[in-house]
Amino acid sequence: MDLITPGLGLVFWSLITFFILLVVLRKFAWKPILGAVDERENGIKNALEAADKARKEMENLKADNERILNEARAEREAMLKDARDIKNKMVNDAKEEAQEQATKMIAQAQEAIENEKRSAMAELKNHVASLSIEIAEKVVREELSNKGRQLELVEAMLGDAKLN
Amino acid sequence: MTLNTLRAVLFLVFSVAITNSGFASQDNEDQDEGFNATEMIMHHVKDAHEFHIVDWNNEPITIALPIILYTDNGLVTFMSSEFHHDDSGSQIVEKNGERFVKYHEKIYQLGSGVDALAFDEEEHPTNATLPLDFSITKNVFMMWVSVLVLFLIFISAAGKYKKSNNFIPRGIASFVEPLVIFIRDEVAIPMIGEKKYRKFMPFLLSVFFFIWINNIFGLIPILNGANVSGNIAFTLTLALFTFFITMFSGNKNYWKHIFWMPGVPVPMKLFLAPIELIGMFVKPFSLTIRLFANITAGHIIILSLMSLIFTFQSIAIAPVSVGFSLFILIIEIVVVAIQAYIFTVLSALYIGMATAEEDNH
Repeated sequence: MDLITPGLGLVFWSLITFFILLVVLRKFAWKPILGAVDERENGIKNALEAADKARKEMENLKADNERILNEARAEREAMLKDARDIKNKMVNDAKEEAQEQATKMIAQAQEAIENEKRSAMAELKNHVASLSIEIAEKVVREELSNKGRQLELVEAMLGDAKLN
Repeated sequence: MTLNTLRAVLFLVFSVAITNSGFASQDNEDQDEGFNATEMIMHHVKDAHEFHIVDWNNEPITIALPIILYTDNGLVTFMSSEFHHDDSGSQIVEKNGERFVKYHEKIYQLGSGVDALAFDEEEHPTNATLPLDFSITKNVFMMWVSVLVLFLIFISAAGKYKKSNNFIPRGIASFVEPLVIFIRDEVAIPMIGEKKYRKFMPFLLSVFFFIWINNIFGLIPILNGANVSGNIAFTLTLALFTFFITMFSGNKNYWKHIFWMPGVPVPMKLFLAPIELIGMFVKPFSLTIRLFANITAGHIIILSLMSLIFTFQSIAIAPVSVGFSLFILIIEIVVVAIQAYIFTVLSALYIGMATAEEDNH
């Protein structure tokens, strides 16, 4: 019968002991342990969320980068095209101008050459004329210094005139 | 392989130690009558005023514990050693002009002019009174040892978290934490619910570990001289805690379900009210009996198996006894954890029922 009759003393001490155990462990063990566990679980949750967010941001960033890269590529394309056009135009312009210039220069040169030629011809003519006159003078002087010769000449001339 | 052998040998030694510590005390009283298994077992599972460790050369080696009595003239205290291991009521201790004897682990106060106990037919003393006994018995002593061990384990575990800067459990904390999380995730949250479980966590954790460690100490030889969690006073106290926590945290919905069950016709309401009312008290009662009976039964089985050797007075029976009690011991290791768990789960369940919201059917 003793076995199943709760003793007052043990009930009393169990009550006090368990109450103290509860109060002390609650303050010095369960609170810190559960707090730490909660804290860590929250930390892990937050870290996972942050990682997820970061991943999404990375994706956005990557998409942005892709877009920016594409834009830049297109722009570069356009710029290159423009540059090429400008270059072609410039080259063409330069070519045309050079052609024009060359043509002009050639025309001028030809003109100058013509002028030179003409003046040279005129000079040559004058020169030839004065030279002929000089030669004629000299010949005439030579011829006329000798009587015989003079006669000969006259005769020759006359001869020619006869033929005519 | 060697480890297993070692374990087996250790258990064998321990098992023998159980019997020794159990027998030792009955030697004094029953030396002439031979071996009495019932007496030995009852002596083991019941409380005592001194902590008996072992008999050496027919002299019991014990830890003397303080005896605290509340008599008509106030408190009387003395050490249990003053009885000189006597349990038959012949050693009289005089304190404050009052005289006490110890008979079958009960302390009687002798009336004036009486020198020896007189008994009726059922061996109950007739000429002595029982003062209120608040002694630090071996169960109280063992309970305090277990409390110290719990403080040591859990406060140092809590300290580990303070030292680590990111709440990572180290050392003892990594052993404690899974158990704490188990109670939280498998007991408190499913039974009480996500919203309210926090308030009851300290109670559930304390009760779980308190029962468990006392159950375990009950299995360790020498320490198992004390059968704390197999004592009905201890289990009753813990059940009372559950009962009062349930009472005080019970909401309107809970009381309505007890006294005026919603959703049934009026005659049924009248019929159910007394049943529910009784159920309110049956719950802690079942907690008390379940833990007490399971733990005591385990002790009794192991001791009974060991007693076979002495009942048959043959060493040939020893291997059978040891083998079987080893088997039971291993089962008991599981049982002590399960019983602590069941007590906690049911406490949580009762609290959960008391705090459930209306729509929580």
